[in-house]
Amino acid sequence: MSLYKKCHRWFHQFASPKYFYDISHIISKYAIVVCIICFIAGLYGGLILAPADYQQGDSFRIMYVHVPAAWMALFVYVVMAVAGGIGLIWHIKLAEIVARNSAPIGASFTFLALVSGAIWGKPMWGAYWVWDARLTSFLILFFLYLGYIALQSAFEDRRVAARAGAILALVGIVNIPIIHYSVEWWSTLHQGSIISQIDKPTVHMSMLIPLIFMVLAFKTFYVTSLLIRVRTEILEYESNTSWVKQLLRDYKNVTN
Amino acid sequence: MNEYLNIFFVILRRDLTLAFRNKSEFINPLMFFVIIIILFPLAFGSDSALLKQLTSGIIWISALLATCLSLEAIFRSDFEDGSIEQLTLARYPLTLLVSAKVTAHWLTFGLPLIIVALLTGLVLSVPSQTMLALLITLLLGTPVLSLIGAITVALTIGLRGGMLLSLLILPLYMPVLIFSMLAVQNATVGQSIAAEIYFLSGILVLAITLAPITTAAALRIRLS
Repeated sequence: MSLYKKCHRWFHQFASPKYFYDISHIISKYAIVVCIICFIAGLYGGLILAPADYQQGDSFRIMYVHVPAAWMALFVYVVMAVAGGIGLIWHIKLAEIVARNSAPIGASFTFLALVSGAIWGKPMWGAYWVWDARLTSFLILFFLYLGYIALQSAFEDRRVAARAGAILALVGIVNIPIIHYSVEWWSTLHQGSIISQIDKPTVHMSMLIPLIFMVLAFKTFYVTSLLIRVRTEILEYESNTSWVKQLLRDYKNVTN
Repeated sequence: MNEYLNIFFVILRRDLTLAFRNKSEFINPLMFFVIIIILFPLAFGSDSALLKQLTSGIIWISALLATCLSLEAIFRSDFEDGSIEQLTLARYPLTLLVSAKVTAHWLTFGLPLIIVALLTGLVLSVPSQTMLALLITLLLGTPVLSLIGAITVALTIGLRGGMLLSLLILPLYMPVLIFSMLAVQNATVGQSIAAEIYFLSGILVLAITLAPITTAAALRIRLS
């Protein structure tokens, strides 16, 4: 069997709800372990080991929540749009479920980034909120997420909702580069990216390594919470199929 | 090719005729536009120095809000009497028919809006440099509003409540508003507005190319 055929088969197998239900259980188990380890390592490194910043003092430590949350806010939106696009083109149910369930998580990350930024801004800039390009564009992102969620709940039929949502997400993706480059395109109050070059980061290693752990923790947290949501929705979606009924019967036998 | 052009103009003429027969449909959003502009001097007092700074922003925001109200008209009557289904079944590409309808919307809403904005700008004594920038940004921006708006209208058509439409559409309008206001501010202090104009033109070209395709896809989803 050629490699292409293998990939093709794997792709379709992966997209079948039953197979995904089984494999996602294993993935989420490992992901939550990695998440907890990285979270503890990142927090310990960031809050205790890393030295205080020479300008910002201890306030800079909020970066360990703010930066990963902001990255994830953008990342989850792209995942949502790409999964939506896959669902739209190949009519893969699983992609639609992933897109829909990414939205509330992404909205939470965006909210977290906005709130942690505001808490940091009060001592540093003297204001919780300034009308700056980066902040405003993030607020737009938050409203894009809310609009997507509102559109999802407006439809009765989930599959139509998923396809309509996918179009909205794909249109909204135009904003992602604007948000990402807003720090560079406009002279804003928000500081520039500290990790723009991997080989020459402008931040010291003792501060950077905990950040990397936190980024990993956030990413695995996203994977875990997404998979939990997706698994629940798969069960709901497929509740009439024989394998779900079998699963329920087994579960009842175990609990009795 | 000629046939497609003919179809485009047939649909365009049909929509324009419909709009002119039902005058309230296209006059109401314009009146709404003017009323919002009038509300601002009432709210902030007639202190002319403050108003002069705010006027171009007020005009742009009023344009956005009026667009939200007028957009539903693009597809609503066609959706209600079922002619939109006939259009999707036609042997011509839906993208073409949709772009004709959006063009009609811009001609009956965007173009009059620019003229009204010019008049209100003159009445509120906006300086001529600012006025020029405002007109250019409106000229480049309002087609984008119609084009992007058509996508969301197609998505939400037939759903209850016009609130959802505004909720979806305003975040998508923000880039246009940001670049337009940057251009107007630069013009006010006498700087070049070329960069913002290029950016707006880029957005316009992108919207003209992609929005009708997306609108057609959204319509098909809604009618499936």
